[in-house]
Amino acid sequence: MFVKFLTSAIRISAIFLFGSTGEIITEKSGHLNLGVPGVMSVGAAVGCLSEYYLIKSIGTSVPFLLVLVPLIVTFLAGAAMGALYSFLTVTLRANQNVTGLAMTTFGVGLAGHLINLIKAKMAVIARASKYYTNLFPVDDKLGWFGEIFLSHGILVYLAIIVAVAAQLILNRTRIGLHLRAVGENPATADAAGINVSRYKYLATCIGCGISGLGGLFCIMDYMGGNWDDVHFLEGFGWLSIALVIFTLWRPALAILGSIIFGGLYIASSYISGITFAQIELIKALPYVVTIIVLIVTSILNSKETQPPASLGLNYFREER
Amino acid sequence: MKNKEKSVKEPLFHIVKRTSVPWWKSWLIRAAAILLAFVVTGLLSFLVLKKDPFFIYSSMFSGIFGTERRILIFLRDGAILLLIALAITPAFKMRFWNTGAEGQVLMGGFACTVCMFYLGGKVPDGVLIPIMFVAGVAAGMLWAVIPAIFKAKWNTNETLFTLMMNYVAMQIVLFAIKIWYPTGSGNMSPLPHGNLPQIGGGDFWLSVIVVTIVTALVYVYMKYSKQGYEISVVGESENTARYVGINVKKVVVRTLLISGAICGLAGFLIVGGIDHMISKETVGGRGFTAILVSWLAKFNPIFMIFTAYLVVFLQKGMGQVMTDCGVANAYFADIITGIMFFFIIGCEFFILYQIKFRKAKKRKKEEKETCS
Repeated sequence: MFVKFLTSAIRISAIFLFGSTGEIITEKSGHLNLGVPGVMSVGAAVGCLSEYYLIKSIGTSVPFLLVLVPLIVTFLAGAAMGALYSFLTVTLRANQNVTGLAMTTFGVGLAGHLINLIKAKMAVIARASKYYTNLFPVDDKLGWFGEIFLSHGILVYLAIIVAVAAQLILNRTRIGLHLRAVGENPATADAAGINVSRYKYLATCIGCGISGLGGLFCIMDYMGGNWDDVHFLEGFGWLSIALVIFTLWRPALAILGSIIFGGLYIASSYISGITFAQIELIKALPYVVTIIVLIVTSILNSKETQPPASLGLNYFREER
Repeated sequence: MKNKEKSVKEPLFHIVKRTSVPWWKSWLIRAAAILLAFVVTGLLSFLVLKKDPFFIYSSMFSGIFGTERRILIFLRDGAILLLIALAITPAFKMRFWNTGAEGQVLMGGFACTVCMFYLGGKVPDGVLIPIMFVAGVAAGMLWAVIPAIFKAKWNTNETLFTLMMNYVAMQIVLFAIKIWYPTGSGNMSPLPHGNLPQIGGGDFWLSVIVVTIVTALVYVYMKYSKQGYEISVVGESENTARYVGINVKKVVVRTLLISGAICGLAGFLIVGGIDHMISKETVGGRGFTAILVSWLAKFNPIFMIFTAYLVVFLQKGMGQVMTDCGVANAYFADIITGIMFFFIIGCEFFILYQIKFRKAKKRKKEEKETCS
């Protein structure tokens, strides 16, 4: 029972992990993107669309391509949404909260419209789902170890790799140092010769691309190629933003945090003798936990646990 | 010497912050952006729906003004959106990013529903409705003041705190519905008691009248009261506020109590006056849309009337276009609304900043040289 619970928690954690890793990278550049739900939805919709046309044209004979192409297309679609967000907030210096919320409205609408084009033919996409869900064929021979660690699809492992890579790049490389400098104090970074706008643009685009992958994973792996309620992904998007706070802007911690969130998200189906009403209360737990973390970190007020200092503020060089 | 000077690369243009911009110019820019957005969205609708722009615009207008009932619904929904936008305005003016209007309205409505459910039929409506009003407003205040207290005391990030509170509120509502209807599909049917009186034979006018009064009150409060002035000082600079002796913590908590109270009132109007029940779609994203409405109007309650109705016009109008085209969902309307938002958000840049091109400058330089 516990093995099964942990396995499911790890599986669903990939949605949160992609979402929050992407958002951490964006926030490290000082931009709070509240458009993650929209980015995830658009990424998933464009990814599904590419999957559909791919299967239509080449069939399911080359499983490798059926995963790789949608993966790249999804990343690019997410990055395109990121470019839109950065154009408005970096170049045009628009209010980040308002832009992010508009991105969510726009993104969910766009995703709904796109997915509506192939709604009747979602079964085609579901055929490719099996190539996402199981990467290693050996998992059932290795008992509980295999089930917990080796039974997942490729995107789960990719999510962990991306999170670890993000952690290393942010904390161990010069690029990461520059990015953090931009997020903490863009004026100082600018004076040190760092191209602030370029860092902000790239961090947002790459971050949004990664967040978009969470949407693709959710639809192709977790949902098995089904997407009935377009607003379904929205909740995951907000939870990903919550997870960024929960993990104190650290991608490596996000791996653990996303598993905890995944566990909380599915907990209701693993507790016996629970009423439908109580399930709804358990579903509020990730949000409540995030609020508690938010409060505790602000009370402790230690330098290591704070958001990037210029988060939410736009930078204009001539403004001092 | 001259050649060397020329080889220094001057950027094509550079951006200068405008020192001041006359109000008519800023509104001209906004109007141009809205007009441009209408052209772009019309073009997009034309490309996607393959209908000529005239059909789309006329369909939009018929969706809003086609029948008397449509006009009344337009007035009512615009009023409700305006009310929620008014609610978050004091908080936003103070730079307290209250993204939790969704949850605050929902809790207000939820408190009303609780009163309707447990007291409906046991006490006369004349007693029940005041109780609902008090409960709704109190619930909205509670949901807004919790993040405010933490913000005031420990500077807890309010954007994310209020955002999370939305979902807690939503789960509480779903929990209650499951308790009330354990076997149902999770949908409530309208409750018979505690319905607000209908004015003019429908649920339209009450909202419009209440919101008109609240608009005037918020306008006066923000513009002419000492408290409203304190809000704008805190919003401009917290340090200045502290220096002149304003108790910032007190202002934050007080403002959010007002903000939450108006949200609660909105919940009371929606549940008591229109829906007579609650669901997780009761607010339906209007808490977020209201942020855009308030921000687009630059937090001015009078301009907000215009922006609120513009947004409702777009959403309802595009909904009608989709119906006329035989599409049974609102996604395309969301896309159009989103694009409209992008244009209006983007145009602020041209109000705040000025683009100066290289060519113009060079010519001036040359002129100077020839003069000397």
